[in-house]
Amino acid sequence: MGILDNILGGFSKSPADMPPRVCKACGMEIPYDEYLKNDCICPGCGVYLRMRAYERLSMIADEGSFTEIDKKLKTKDPIKFPDYAQKIDKAEKSSGLTEAVITGTAKIEGHSCGLFIMDSAFMMGSMGTVVGEKITRIFEKATAQGLPVIGFITSGGARMQEGIFSLMQMAKVSGAVQRHSEAGLLYIAVLTDPTTGGITASFAMLGDIIIAEPKALIGFAGQRVIEQTTGEKLPAGFQRAEFQLEHGFVDMIEERGRMRYTLGKLLSLHNTDAAAAAGKER
Amino acid sequence: MAANDTMTAYQRVQAARNSKRPMGMFYIDHMIDDFIELHGDRRFGDDAAIVSGIGFLNGIPVTVIAMERGDTIEDRMKRHFGCPEPEGYRKALRMMQEAEKFHRPVICFIGSSGAYCGIDAEKRGQGLAIAENLFAMMGLRTPIISVVVGEGGSGGALALGVCDTAVMLENAVYSVISPEGCASILWKDASKAADAAEHLRLTSYDLKSFDVIEKIIPEQGKTEREICSALKKYLLSEITRLQAMPVSEMLDARYGKFRKIGAYQK
Ligand SMILES: [Zn+2]
Repeated sequence: MGILDNILGGFSKSPADMPPRVCKACGMEIPYDEYLKNDCICPGCGVYLRMRAYERLSMIADEGSFTEIDKKLKTKDPIKFPDYAQKIDKAEKSSGLTEAVITGTAKIEGHSCGLFIMDSAFMMGSMGTVVGEKITRIFEKATAQGLPVIGFITSGGARMQEGIFSLMQMAKVSGAVQRHSEAGLLYIAVLTDPTTGGITASFAMLGDIIIAEPKALIGFAGQRVIEQTTGEKLPAGFQRAEFQLEHGFVDMIEERGRMRYTLGKLLSLHNTDAAAAAGKER
Repeated sequence: MAANDTMTAYQRVQAARNSKRPMGMFYIDHMIDDFIELHGDRRFGDDAAIVSGIGFLNGIPVTVIAMERGDTIEDRMKRHFGCPEPEGYRKALRMMQEAEKFHRPVICFIGSSGAYCGIDAEKRGQGLAIAENLFAMMGLRTPIISVVVGEGGSGGALALGVCDTAVMLENAVYSVISPEGCASILWKDASKAADAAEHLRLTSYDLKSFDVIEKIIPEQGKTEREICSALKKYLLSEITRLQAMPVSEMLDARYGKFRKIGAYQK
């Protein structure tokens, strides 16, 4: 089974049978196979459309190299928040996923790595206990096996329906990143639109290398909240990837079409395969 | 609601925010001897929303890092009502690293509606500043005890909350989002904050029942002096316990404390 069969979490047929995508910026209707071939960028106006996790996977990982873990992990609704269980059901049905991140091991340009890809179609990519647990587990697995971790991040922040449990995931994942880092292993965070709130205040900003997609919104406080609290007018391009590059918070901005190549080069420059081989021997 | 239902969750939120409620500097004044305040992040500035320094807790040198919202209106403006800017978190981190070098325990006092929200704070990396604290505190090779004394507001509070032992005063609260914020996002109605407070499970009793904190310091019917004395006693016992542990064991336990937080089904 090819990766493309997996797009939308497995309930789609071949790309040719998928419904067309509509560009949110210009309204253009894009046949699905053309959309995919164009790296999910609108051919009409050039806008980077928000990618689904499995679309990203098909663009980044070597064909057939991905082994997903914890695919069925689901939340237990830890604080029994009103309507949350129904919201989860709805998100599952509409996204085809059980949570807002997929995790596993894969190869990128021949280099083995731990991989996590967030999906904003599932409750805005927000982090509750399952997202926190899955990302923690992939970092722990990578630490045990001497693997680098590549993370594609998109999230509105911590998921309020899981209360304090969500907040504590920020500390939990940061701890797993810290242990991975202490083992001398590489973590590359790729920030995509949008990356905000508690995610920016934890693992999104903890990469050894931080790459952003063009024009991605990246920030801690929400724009409306800042405007309302301070009464200040936000400068043009505020919190966009280019703004973060200018202020020194991301290493580089990379185009979608070159992302896989660049990740491959970075993995090669960090000689990650040697650590992975040593990890296997251990 | 667990154990103590003498107050509703929202009453506790209001108690935690009460402008007369003692904040960080009160506990420094009442528990720490010979406190010397140390200023600045050595990067950009000195954020008055966080007060930090060194002093003795019953003869033991400790580093104290406290959120402080101030007294007079001028003072409160200067301190952004206790909402730290990136420089506050970076100052805190610098103090923690100094404490680590000299094997000195760190005590953090948390009481803030959250990290300061503004254009300049974003320009100077508010998200990064918090993230770096979470990362560094998880590996800091000296004991950390965090005490929520007021409102523990989201990531801005957690940036001083990665610890070996988490303590809350009885009427303190600790939440992923303010009840008002939650109500306005979910129900488009900030006046439903009291409902949101109940559902968010943000009281000390809730957090203790979830095993997110280790200890509640009772306030009901206690004077400030009695509260300080009970807190001091507990801090001393925890410092003694943590200092007796091998560092690697302490760090494993610290990671484990956060690692276990979650609830899932296959
Ligand atoms: Zn378009």
